[in-house]
Amino acid sequence: MSRYIIRRLLWGVVLLIIVLALLFVMFRVLPTADPAKLRAGRLQSPKIIAEIRHNLGLDKSLLAQFWVYVKNLFLHFDLGYSYYSNAPVKELIFNRLPATLSLVLGGAIVWVVTGVGVGIVSARRAGSRLDRASMGTALVLVSAPEYWLGLIALYVFASDIGQVRIFPGAGSYIGLASDPVKWFESLILPWLVVASGTAAIYARLIRGSLIETMGEDYIRTARAKGLSERRVVLRHGLRSAINPIVTVLGLDIGVLLGSSVLVETVFNIPGIGRLNYVAITHADFPIVQGTVLVAALFIIVANIIVDIAYAFRDPRVRYS
Amino acid sequence: MSAQEPLLRVEDLRVEFSTEDGIVHAVDGISYEVQRGRTLGIVGESGSGKTVASLTTLGLTRTQGARVSGQILFEGRDLVALSDAELRAIRGNDIAMVFQDPLSSLHPFFKVGVQLIEAVRAHQDVSKQLARARAIELLGLVGIPDPSRRVDDYPHEFSGGMRQRAMIAMALANEPKLLIADEPTTALDVTVQAQILELMEQLQRELGMAIVIITHDLGVVAGLADDIAVMYAGRIVETTSAELLFSKPQHPYTWGLLKSIPRLEGSRDEALVPISGAPPSLINPPSGCHFHPRCPYAQPDHARIDPRLEPVPDEPDHHVACLLEADVRRRIWGELRAGRTPEEAMAVVGLPEARP
Repeated sequence: MSRYIIRRLLWGVVLLIIVLALLFVMFRVLPTADPAKLRAGRLQSPKIIAEIRHNLGLDKSLLAQFWVYVKNLFLHFDLGYSYYSNAPVKELIFNRLPATLSLVLGGAIVWVVTGVGVGIVSARRAGSRLDRASMGTALVLVSAPEYWLGLIALYVFASDIGQVRIFPGAGSYIGLASDPVKWFESLILPWLVVASGTAAIYARLIRGSLIETMGEDYIRTARAKGLSERRVVLRHGLRSAINPIVTVLGLDIGVLLGSSVLVETVFNIPGIGRLNYVAITHADFPIVQGTVLVAALFIIVANIIVDIAYAFRDPRVRYS
Repeated sequence: MSAQEPLLRVEDLRVEFSTEDGIVHAVDGISYEVQRGRTLGIVGESGSGKTVASLTTLGLTRTQGARVSGQILFEGRDLVALSDAELRAIRGNDIAMVFQDPLSSLHPFFKVGVQLIEAVRAHQDVSKQLARARAIELLGLVGIPDPSRRVDDYPHEFSGGMRQRAMIAMALANEPKLLIADEPTTALDVTVQAQILELMEQLQRELGMAIVIITHDLGVVAGLADDIAVMYAGRIVETTSAELLFSKPQHPYTWGLLKSIPRLEGSRDEALVPISGAPPSLINPPSGCHFHPRCPYAQPDHARIDPRLEPVPDEPDHHVACLLEADVRRRIWGELRAGRTPEEAMAVVGLPEARP
């Protein structure tokens, strides 16, 4: 098992370097703008631009730039400095991390609880009106884009522009440390929006998986023991039915940590996604590189955790 | 029949399922009794309704939308009329069940011990430690070596025979008065089959429980059952003591089952006589005697008249549902046992060959 984990971690590092290399090439081959020119602002003389280029290290070969970046990253855990503001990227990301973590982890709790809950009820009453209504709603939510749902949510519920002004709207995010109550209130709408699509997918997954599991022989055994139906469903049924969720949950959290751009932008939450979005518009390559690196890291780590968790959940699975 | 009140008395039990193709008459009016400490074997092909009948005893067909009528009297209480909660108090406690495939019947994600502890604590208010001690004791009782270590194994770490022993241990957790075993040996190797049957016999002697064993294999019930009921198309077609069933079977279907078993002691030239055709549809069962399309001895009016289960003359504990004369049946079986084919037997007895 430990050999397996070490091997997975080493592969993770290799994967990260590949992601970095791809990004390096992409950013240079498809320049949205010249960072040196952007930084020079109104002082667009060739001499100044050449100087900026030299200072940023843009005059070196691509390979040399990449080598410097990777060396700094692995030896000093240094992600470089923003072209735009000169602030260290590592610090920028760490400052933005709490907002993104709040959004994604809170959202994950919402989507797991509602998705699994609705899925169980639907499975137990498959074919009923309640089941059809839930699955219909789920289909709508899966199809609805997050930014559209976000705008609708703001239009209906936001305390400034909404029709029913009950929740704080865009730009109201406050850190957990400064005011936990306001932090919670400000995240209610973003949580619901970020969770809606995934909750809908989970509800459908759990429904299908639980219906299948309830037909298993060991469920009949559990009933034959004289257990209550509640225990049969929640302990014996759900224990197996929840497996597909465990597999995707880690990945969903990992992916969303790196790609919560849309919801963070709609609700103006100062998270990593928003940092990335702004950096792209400024051609601020070190920040883009840093945020993508963090996103890739989240996804790779989530993948490894999922596989290890699977081995613990299903005793028949053993890695070597 | 003894004057004593039987432990289980099933009276005109019918179980139906509605499907898209029509109503499935899985169990079509069966009656039987099980006395305390005795063993009843229910024998029949797949789809004869034997499993549905036993699942219904525990109310386990309720979740599948079965329509149940008739009575299942257990110690005088009608299980058909009980509420789900009342039935749950009996399941796994007074009546326990062992299923066919022990691997799929044990939960793959829970340790064997955990599943045993759960069975104990479902009906006994004891601590986890006590229940665990009981689980180890039960595993020892069913012959699992080193039970205090194996109790923490997962089902996939057990062999097939050990899994079925564990299933039996789970069924015995609350010392049931009745154990229903549904094809308990079908999924096992032949050598292991014998061990499991022996174990069940030994446990019955020690614990004094009654057993209903359901099987398609007459060989399985031969040594174990006191009484045997043969089921065909949702009905009991013949029921009597095990000795009489093997020595003087009365129903052509029972003959077919007996003649389909290869015998070591007989002549090797003696041909097996398979039962031709396939079990009938339970949605549209054949008219008249349900067995007539597959019966070599069927006469034209057998397609119209539905036989009832009636006592065999001079054999009060022997019931059969067959339209042939009792005397004709005895003579045909005599010829069959002598190694003649059904056609030869009919010629000897003088029965016209008139298959509809």
